[in-house]
Amino acid sequence: MSNAPKISAGERVRYKPQIYMPQMSIFWWVKDRAYVFFIIRELTSLVVAAYVILMMIQINALSQGPEAWQALTDWFATPFSIGLHIVFLILLIFHTLTWFWVAPTAMVVRIGSKKVPGSILIAGNIAMWLIISLAIGWLIVSI
Amino acid sequence: MARYGPKEHDVLIVGGGAAGLRASIAITENHPELSVAVISKVYPMRSHTVSAEGGAAAVIKDDDSLDDHAYDTISGADWLCDQDAVEAFVKEAPEELLQLEHWGCPWNREEDGNIAVRSFGGMKIKRTWFAADKTGFHLLHTLFQTSMKYDPIQRYDEFFVTRLVVEDGRCQGVIAIELATGKLEFIAARSVILCTGGCGKIFPFTTNANIKSGDGMALAYRAGVPLKDMEFVQYHPTGLPFTGILITEAARAEGGFLLNKEGYRYLQDYDLGEPKPYPVLRSMELGPRDRLSQAFEKEKEKGRTIEGPYGDYVHLDLKHLGERKIDEKIPFVRELCRKYENLDPAKEMIPVRPVVHYVMGGVHTDINGATPIEGLYSAGEAACVSINGANRLGSNSLTECLVFGARAGKAAAEYAAGKKKFSDGLEKIVSDEGKRIERMFFSEHGDQSESIAGIRKEMHQAMEDGAGIYRTEDSLKSSEKTIKELQERLHRISIQDHSYTFNTELTSAFELSYMLDVAEAIIRSALQRTESRGSHQRKDYPERDDEQFLSHSLAYQTGDGTPRVEYQPVTITRWPPGERKYGQ
Amino acid sequence: MEQTITLQVQRYIPEQYPEPYFQSYEVPLRKKWVILDALNYIKDEIDGTLTYRWSCRMGVCGSCGMMVNDRPALTCATFLEEYAPGPVRITPLDYFGIIRDLVVNTDDFMGKLKRAQPWLITDEAKPLSEGAYKQTPQEKAEYEQYSMCINCMLCYSACPVVGLEPDFVGPAAIALAQRYNYDSRDEGEDQRNEELTGEGGIYSCTLVGECSEVCPKAVDPAGAIQRYKATGAVEWWQSVLMPWKGKS
Repeated sequence: MSNAPKISAGERVRYKPQIYMPQMSIFWWVKDRAYVFFIIRELTSLVVAAYVILMMIQINALSQGPEAWQALTDWFATPFSIGLHIVFLILLIFHTLTWFWVAPTAMVVRIGSKKVPGSILIAGNIAMWLIISLAIGWLIVSI
Repeated sequence: MARYGPKEHDVLIVGGGAAGLRASIAITENHPELSVAVISKVYPMRSHTVSAEGGAAAVIKDDDSLDDHAYDTISGADWLCDQDAVEAFVKEAPEELLQLEHWGCPWNREEDGNIAVRSFGGMKIKRTWFAADKTGFHLLHTLFQTSMKYDPIQRYDEFFVTRLVVEDGRCQGVIAIELATGKLEFIAARSVILCTGGCGKIFPFTTNANIKSGDGMALAYRAGVPLKDMEFVQYHPTGLPFTGILITEAARAEGGFLLNKEGYRYLQDYDLGEPKPYPVLRSMELGPRDRLSQAFEKEKEKGRTIEGPYGDYVHLDLKHLGERKIDEKIPFVRELCRKYENLDPAKEMIPVRPVVHYVMGGVHTDINGATPIEGLYSAGEAACVSINGANRLGSNSLTECLVFGARAGKAAAEYAAGKKKFSDGLEKIVSDEGKRIERMFFSEHGDQSESIAGIRKEMHQAMEDGAGIYRTEDSLKSSEKTIKELQERLHRISIQDHSYTFNTELTSAFELSYMLDVAEAIIRSALQRTESRGSHQRKDYPERDDEQFLSHSLAYQTGDGTPRVEYQPVTITRWPPGERKYGQ
Repeated sequence: MEQTITLQVQRYIPEQYPEPYFQSYEVPLRKKWVILDALNYIKDEIDGTLTYRWSCRMGVCGSCGMMVNDRPALTCATFLEEYAPGPVRITPLDYFGIIRDLVVNTDDFMGKLKRAQPWLITDEAKPLSEGAYKQTPQEKAEYEQYSMCINCMLCYSACPVVGLEPDFVGPAAIALAQRYNYDSRDEGEDQRNEELTGEGGIYSCTLVGECSEVCPKAVDPAGAIQRYKATGAVEWWQSVLMPWKGKS
């Protein structure tokens, strides 16, 4: 794209209309912060998949007997594995929170004729999530 | 019998606003066998109906009556309307608004689910249906969306009409430019309805959108149809000073005050009643638009208005209404003030001044929208039936679009159903028109060249100075001279844009030529009406003169820039002319 | 000397040059001027060939949407001062074909609106003689927000899915469908579902959420779409768990 010449005066030129269709760049998602956030949100969903695979590996190890289970738990204790889990956990929490943030767009809750503001919905969701997580944690610890 | 291929219709509607769309639906519902098309220079939902805010009047409440609506309309019009037309109008109005309700229009409701009505300027009783303060927007979108349901309604979106094709005494179609391609085409039609809206853009300060350049009025005028009552131009008393954005009458109906420089409710000095802390119908801020605009001019003469960079202004005070009421009843007012004036009406006063809002005059039609030319009809602001007379009652215009849009649609359909044969060789007119356009706008004039913006600016000045709220013989004559000169100079425009694709410089030139033609009709009609009535105020003839002027002016184009004005008596049925009294 | 600001405007004139290019204009930087005022100044005083759509200049006709510094905006509702000292880049709305300069092709969009079947659908027509439908202010509030769309198409230019998947019916059209679905007078939901739960319908939306951010009328199309998906999911579970109940 350059500074092209001005339309010249004189005879008008007949032509066939030519609609210009701009091509979408593969880097479209870097041009706006919101798009970057969206892409990160989508990519962190891979971590959810990673946890599912991990669980399948655990079940598989359990079914193979105590040695296999021991080998797996030993691997879990390595610094690499612990580091990986911390990173995954952070990404997973981020992913979860992004969904809480967008929740008000899908939920319209009314009390009387007044709409409940989005921030309260988000806070409510997060509170519920914490309570359930704590309950599960308490269950695991107390068993 | 001549055939004109795929671009041949039984009824062609020019303009896709409320009147045009209502007409198109009326036609297809009553005559599904007819081919109907809507041609518009913008997509229909961009039409200026979209900007109407306050509401639409029709009698539905038990304490109201058709006669009350008729009386308010007639007295508001200073008795210059045809009472048979007004009677038909008030009678059909409720059904039309109800029809809109059945099509989904989100009318405001009372707690029990019934339609709510609000008060409006110049009315004795609350009868204005409203959809918050975006009534025109909702009405237009409801009509447009409903029209999509009807497959037979064909649309020519973004086609600009350059002339009517009148042959053998009948209107047989139009010639139009398809904007996207620049192609000039003949679109044949057995009847044509002009629903192109008003011409507020002739004036510098107006609530009107850019598209309102009187296209249909000029097209009809050039084809030999007279323009009726063009001297009556309504100023809306409350527009924002720079942009001309409308602050709806509903703001006053909800209880807003108009204050001068001293913070005084000056309307009490102009026979408009006693100031009360609450809104009183037909009184003070709820007086008719012409009286309020005239009071502003008088205040200005007394030096009691506030000087600003875009002319003098007064204040509209809504602060006492409180945030909640403003948000509930007039949210758009708040939005507009915040976005365009950078102020919050819940906390600050709004600067306002009178701005051109509506033209009562228009294409001369009968009660069915028929013009004197066979096959040519008109409805909406473009037309003058007339129900608006010397001053239109607020909230009658949307209803008018519906009632007379439907009427014109039915009449045009019935005429078209007669399947008269087209004249031969009409397509030849296209090449003549093409040559005319090239010659008119694309010739080289060297250093004699004129600019569109330059001529437009001078036209604005001439109209504001000579044909504004108060007029005199001298002011009008001087404006008439200027407009004539500008019409000459228009021939020396040479358009820079030589592209065929979406050439908006060309359409601007056309619009300017339309506006100049309509301007000459306004000025000449105003000059010859040597009385003051409604919105037409002559300083040199301050009294109403029923003896001589209880009649409609009809301006015919003559070609020399001075139209010939004839008169036609007003139809009186039950309400003999009386005094317009407000504030009682 | 009056302060000025530079506008870098994307031009495209098919007869002249096969691709868009930029042209710079210097305009006065005036208080209360919106971007559209600056464009009108260019058209009137500098270059009559500059081409764009506009009409009401009060943010309700929906004609003057453009990209201002790469963000979709109504140019009549965007103050020039906010971009001082400039330059400001004005380009046509993203993801639309360009007809000329800042004028985009809206044919597709019009077709998509129609896909939403935006008219009141009832099982039986109610005769006018029966009067108006009852609708309480609360019932009206259910759909009111979605009825505010001015068809300015900014949400389409904010939505990468529209760019990536041209058949996607898009935010405004779905919000418009919801405007009728939530209207107490309407019975057309099933009919609209048929169209909107299929190819290019609501499930194409990946909830980027920018449509609602750029909407000048706070219609919140993103919310409309997510609520549509939620309703769809509930109905699907109902049909699985309680097949005997049938469609409501």
